[in-house]
Amino acid sequence: MAPKKVVLRFSADKADQPMIYKLVKDYDLVINILKANVNPQKEGTMVMDISGEKTEAGIEYLKSVGVGVQSLTEEIIQNEDKCVSCGSCTAICPTGALYIERPDMTVRFDSDRCVVCHLCLKACPMRAMEVRF
Amino acid sequence: MATERTFREINERIKQGKAVVITAEELVTMVRKKGVSYATSEVDVVTTGTFGPMCSSGAFLSLGHSKPRIKMHKVWLNGVPAYTGIAAVDAFIGATEVREDDPLNSDHPGEFRYGGGHVIQDLVAGKKINLRTTGYGTDCYPRREFETQIALDDINEAILFNPRNAYQNYSCAVNPSSKTIYTYMGVLKSNMQNAHYSTSGQLSPLLKDPWFKTIGIGTRIFLGGGVGYVAWNGTQHFPSFMKDEGGQDISPSGATLSVIGDLKKMSPRWLAGASMLGYGASLSVGLGIPIPILNEDVCRFAAAGDDELFAPIVDYSQAFPEREPDNLGHVSYAELKSGTIKINGREVTTAPMSSYPRAKEIAGLLKTWIQKGEFLLGEPVELLPNANAGISAHVL
Repeated sequence: MAPKKVVLRFSADKADQPMIYKLVKDYDLVINILKANVNPQKEGTMVMDISGEKTEAGIEYLKSVGVGVQSLTEEIIQNEDKCVSCGSCTAICPTGALYIERPDMTVRFDSDRCVVCHLCLKACPMRAMEVRF
Repeated sequence: MATERTFREINERIKQGKAVVITAEELVTMVRKKGVSYATSEVDVVTTGTFGPMCSSGAFLSLGHSKPRIKMHKVWLNGVPAYTGIAAVDAFIGATEVREDDPLNSDHPGEFRYGGGHVIQDLVAGKKINLRTTGYGTDCYPRREFETQIALDDINEAILFNPRNAYQNYSCAVNPSSKTIYTYMGVLKSNMQNAHYSTSGQLSPLLKDPWFKTIGIGTRIFLGGGVGYVAWNGTQHFPSFMKDEGGQDISPSGATLSVIGDLKKMSPRWLAGASMLGYGASLSVGLGIPIPILNEDVCRFAAAGDDELFAPIVDYSQAFPEREPDNLGHVSYAELKSGTIKINGREVTTAPMSSYPRAKEIAGLLKTWIQKGEFLLGEPVELLPNANAGISAHVL
């Protein structure tokens, strides 16, 4: 089964609980953390791949302890109101997810090829590339 | 007999709705198919366009008087300082100014999220802007502090005045060094992994009239979505030609324009704040110039295609910062637009900094305005200095 990509959100008081440990130990899941922002003072977020037979049970466990779980479909988006199709992101993008369509030279974004590396977020002078969970 | 036209004759045809107007891109194709003489006899006006970051931009704002009056000694617009050494309630907001609390490059590369260019875009978008000002108090201007929210419609005058816009041609920037560099030409990866360029090539206004046979003081232009004028030559106006080793002209190089227009009639689509990672804030400006086809000479230059226009390749890790004159050769805009170029036998990925689709849209809008008779050509009261003027750069 393909891994399920999820975003977890949890309040500051959950930050010190060993939830990932429980997913591995009690539910026998394979966890690949793609991104984590954990801070005892603030709401935390984590993006990860989960795979294993008990994936759904593991997700139910997370919800039962008050963690928000959202499945992740598209993380980086191209804000078309802000994008001016200059193209300065296209040589920065390592996977060709951002590319120029010729001959009209329009900048396109293929989210299937995006690996969420975030390089485009700051390289874009218009700040038209945005993270959305 | 070869076709000759005057500005006045063309304007008469525009008023009658008879003028034949095409974009510079369309002219390139027409001349290749049917020749210069045919195109000159057919076409009255050719429209150009460019849209990209143009740092030397800003706006004069006459803010109006408070009650009691204040002589504005310091002014901040959404926290961005504006220059006030003009008169009591006048200020100039420059595109590259940033907030006083901006971390700049202290955490390199800095993001420069909000600067004067963004203030200008917010103003033309009709957004409310925080105006904070302090004064030292005089008998006629007693107030010492004032803070309010303003919108573009609330202030008396707002004049976009850009001392240097519409660079005729620009370097293709590369980075042969071993680490990533952050420049006004974008993020340049190490070991020459990318090459960035920044003109609209065959649509670029000053590449299409390289001898300034038609563009001068008073030329009416598309500026920021509204109507503007060429006020003067731009600063750092060096209207020469790049030469090859044999001394032959390769391509026009460093002419610029100083332009002016009513900010209140412009649009946030065509004046957009820009943040150049590790470099600073700027303003992307949309600018288009109509070129009257006065004769075959004018037509021939305006018909130069991407394969006939060249940019110098410049090392931004060494030659540019150290002011070394070397370049790594020249490359055509056709090659640049293809997505890869060859430098010293190696394939390098290219990317533009200026938007070709937006440049094309500007040329198209200007064409429509002229076809509808809404936009007449401004005959220059004086043409700008060209390559024969012998202008050369001073260095510090």
